[in-house]
Parts: sequence; C-alpha cells; structure tokens
Amino acid sequence: MNKIFEVPMYPYERHADQDASAPVRHKVIVIGAGPVGLGAAIDLAQQGIEVVVLDDNDKVSFGSRAICFAKRPLEILDRLGCGTPMVDKGVQWNVGKVFFDERPVYDFNLLPEDGHEFPAFINLQQYYFEEYMVHRVRALQAEGAPIELRGRNKVSAIGTHPDHVTIEIDTPEGSYNLEADWIIACDGAGSPMRSMLGKDFVGRVFEDNFLIADVVMEADFPTERWFWFDPPFNKGQSALLHKQPDNVWRIDLQLGWDIDKEREKRPENVIPRLKAMLGDDVEFELEWVSIYTFQCRRMEQFRHNRVLFAGDAAHQVSPFGARGANSGLQDTDNLCWKLKLVIDGTAPESLLDTYDTERIYGADENILNSSRSTDFITPKSEMSRLLRDAVLDLSEHHEFARPLVNSGRLSVPCTYDGSSLNSADALNGPARSRPGSACPDVLLGDDYLLPQLADKFTLLTIDAEAPDVIEEAGITVTRLALSVKDDKTLALKDRYLGDCDSGVYLIRPDQHVAARRPSFDENQFRAAIRRASGQE
Amino acid sequence: MSDQLILSPNITGADDFYAELLATHDGLSKEDSDALNARLILVLANQIGNRAILTQALAAAALKPEV
Repeated sequence: MNKIFEVPMYPYERHADQDASAPVRHKVIVIGAGPVGLGAAIDLAQQGIEVVVLDDNDKVSFGSRAICFAKRPLEILDRLGCGTPMVDKGVQWNVGKVFFDERPVYDFNLLPEDGHEFPAFINLQQYYFEEYMVHRVRALQAEGAPIELRGRNKVSAIGTHPDHVTIEIDTPEGSYNLEADWIIACDGAGSPMRSMLGKDFVGRVFEDNFLIADVVMEADFPTERWFWFDPPFNKGQSALLHKQPDNVWRIDLQLGWDIDKEREKRPENVIPRLKAMLGDDVEFELEWVSIYTFQCRRMEQFRHNRVLFAGDAAHQVSPFGARGANSGLQDTDNLCWKLKLVIDGTAPESLLDTYDTERIYGADENILNSSRSTDFITPKSEMSRLLRDAVLDLSEHHEFARPLVNSGRLSVPCTYDGSSLNSADALNGPARSRPGSACPDVLLGDDYLLPQLADKFTLLTIDAEAPDVIEEAGITVTRLALSVKDDKTLALKDRYLGDCDSGVYLIRPDQHVAARRPSFDENQFRAAIRRASGQE
Repeated sequence: MSDQLILSPNITGADDFYAELLATHDGLSKEDSDALNARLILVLANQIGNRAILTQALAAAALKPEV
C-alpha cells in the first residue's frame, strides 16, 4: 500500500491561465502548500478574497516532519475549519519525562488549564495535518469559495512592481506567467522566493546533526514525551521518543557534527541504533528516516512591499519547543485580516508593516527560546556541559534545579507588547489578557468563547454596557455581551477581570486584545478601533 | 530585600567555612571537583534568587570593574 505522502493530493492540471494571451492577474498568490501556505489561503478564501496556491510538488509532506501542534495554532485551525479532525486524529499528551544517562531525573506535566476547547499539545504527522487542510480547501471550493491549488507549479522568476508582482511558473507542460496584487511566500526554510529576491537570512548555525526516524511498532511506552540527556544508547548525545497516531513513534537521535549523512541514513546503520535504544526484542518497521541540521535565523524584514514572507521562509528555529510550524500559523493568522483590510481599501498599506513588527517580535522570542534549549541540549564548551550536567544531577535530588532543565520550551503564543496597534492598558486586569495577548479561551455553558470571537473585530463586554454595533473608519465591531454570573467556573473573571468588577475588550480578528477598559467610553474605543486597524 | 550584592565581609567564621569548602573537595578527581563546584554555584544561586544580585555576582566573579 502506498503511504499517504506518496500519493498526489493535488496533481497537475492544465489551467486556462496557461493559455491566456496576457498574464492573468490574481488578488493573492500563495507560494507553497505546506501548513503555513494552506493556512494563509484558507484564511483569505474564508474572507472572500480570491487566492491561488502554487506548489512545486503535488503531495503532502514527505514523512512526518512537524509533529507537535500547540493549543494556539489549533485554535487558529479551528477558525479555519480544520481544528477538530486534527485533534480527533492526533495524540494528546501532557507528561514529559527527562532522563540523564540511565536515570529518570525529572518529569513534568503540562497540566492543561480547564475551560479550553483545545489541548495544550497534540502530536500529528505533518502529512495528516496537510491532508486535512487540503480537504478543507476542497470543501471551500465546493461552497464556491475563490481558492485554487495548483500542483507542480514551480515559480522560476519574480518581478516586483510598485502595485503588483509578476511571476514565471514552470509546469510539466512548460512555463507561463501570472500577476498578483500580493504574494505570500510560504516556501519553506530554503525559500527559493527569498533567493530570487536576493534577501538576507542571517542568524546562528548550530553544528550538529539529528537523525529522525519514524518507527511503526506495537510498544507499551506511555503517551509521554521522553527526553534523554547522554543516554547509554547514544553516549554524549541526546535522544527523544514521542508518540504519533497509527502506532508511529518519532525517535530523534543527536549524532554530532562530523558524520557522513548518507551513510547514517542507511537502514543498516539506523536499525542498530534503534535496537540499542528500544531493546533487541522490540519488533519495528522504519516508516521514514531523515537527518537534519538546523539554524536559528530570520529575515531582516518579512514584508518586501507586495511580497510577504511567512513561516520557515521568514524565520527558522531549532526544533526544540515545536516553534516552527506553530509560529508559521501565527504568522498567517496575524497577516490575513490585515491584508483583507488593505485589499478592501479600508486600511492603509502601512497596516502590513505591523505584520512585520509583530511577527518579528514573535520570531525573535522563538529564536531566543529555541537557541537556549539548543545550548542546553547540545553544550558547546566543556564548561557549558559541566553546568548542564550539574543542573541535571541536581534536578534528580532537588526541585529547585528542575526549572533550569531545558529540553525545549514549548510553543506558547506571543504577546505583542508595545505594538502600535495596541491602546494603552486601562484596566487593572490580569496580565495574561493585556493588550497584545491572544485571548484565553473560556467555557461558557456549552460553548467556548473563542469561536464566538470568530474572525472579526469584537467588543467583548463583561458586566458592562455598550452599543451592539459600532461603525468606525470602515470597521464594523460587534458586541459580545457576557456576565461573570453566567460562568460558575469563574474562569471568565479570572482570565479577563481579575479584581475588577467589569471590563470592555476590543478584540482583533486574530483574537488578540487591542484595548481594554473597565467600562465603555465611546471616544476611547473609536480611537482604539482606528488604532487597531492602522488608521491612526 | 536589598538589590545590592554584598561585597564586604559577611561570612561568620570565614576560616571555618574556607576549610569546609576545601574539605568537601578532598580526595575528589579534578573532574568530580569541577562538577561539585558547578553544583555548588547553582545551589547558592538559587539561595540568592534575586536576579539583580545574581547579575552583580557574575560581574564581581568576572573581576569586572564596579559600575
């Protein structure tokens, strides 16, 4: 039987654009049909914006690749209409165990907070993730949404103009040209778009190699994340074991720098390493093997006039902490509503510059966290190894050292502190919902809060009066009126009011807080709406 | 609590402490002694806790001129 990632999901088909006498102009062209590109396209299509996705391939991700998806991206995917199938298929986990040499030294529980629709993390192979997104594209097409997915359409040249972009595309039947008002480049860490535009991609290279093996086995290991520092089966290096759906287990083995990659990838070399780890009596089958190295780097700017970079094309992190695909989905979540307002002529183009500033802020946070994890996991000097081992030895005996153990600081949404779209915090409320924060979910009776915020500007009032609808500067803001009296769990009060008796929140279409005050003040909120939409 | 690193004498029985520090290393290999020192730094850092003081302590240990 063919594996899911070996079957074309969106095979090449000749399009009328290829026979047009002049290049056809599209509103938005997305380059790359990975999680980030598909996320961007679905988001735009749901908002009625015409979008074409081009990919040089015609299949979902080859191998599992990104496997850890965090709560915030799942909430975004729910808004995009594909969060539930992913959670249904994915493996949920909360416990992580850390081993040093042969000894279990420490374990942690993510202890997810109650009242959230989505779990802290799921493990799901990237090929399933992409498959569900392609299904969503097909469902949107069936509803008549303006979204297209063209396989084996490889962009070979790009020309930029003040008000549009031209691209040349190679296909199995020759090349053709298209024009786009806007391009979103989601073509991965090796981004050809970035190279064609001659843009920088600077940062830190980590001189290390990791073997990733997806192993199919019937094993009794619990559904936990197991991480080894310096295990007996991989001396001086690290290892990771993580469960995926369908009895597939992800194994990561650090190999060091001076290795022969092609040789190490051969099954006859991989299998003994896995047997040393799993034991001789465990039956397994190799599904996919790869060797990766990584870098922590980003583009200096994500917006280059009408070309917007997102995901790995714009920034790259080490895999520790699952901050790659997770942050890419937060990029497009941040970008698409802004692009919609600019395309509609509601907001000035400068609103897109806040995509740059907000997501660079997010990327820097991810690069910082994942670089620190990498420095802990793969010490670069004798002294850093000595201190790292001291932390691990102490963590076995004393609780104080456990927060210093860093096998990856798992992806959490970035709070856009200091963003020009925020209004000054005027509520003495909880820090977690201050302006710039992603709204925390709350279970209200039978319904969760976040789906009610959907993808529009919302005025969330908690025990406060306000108009049902506000129209300001072309933006329609709809009120969502809640009361802490209706929430016996007190989560609404805890997450949005703290010690305050009432609160009014202006929430952006990406469900981040733009402004908050104890009560509705018309002038203040009208100003906040203009500010949040880049019109002030 | 003060945010100022103490750089005046503050250990009661300084000679006793120093002897105890040396005794703790007695008979250890260089490798084991280094590991012990590393653990000791972390234990003491946790006791201090205060980030500002830790930063000053790092600078003092690096023999950086006082700011």
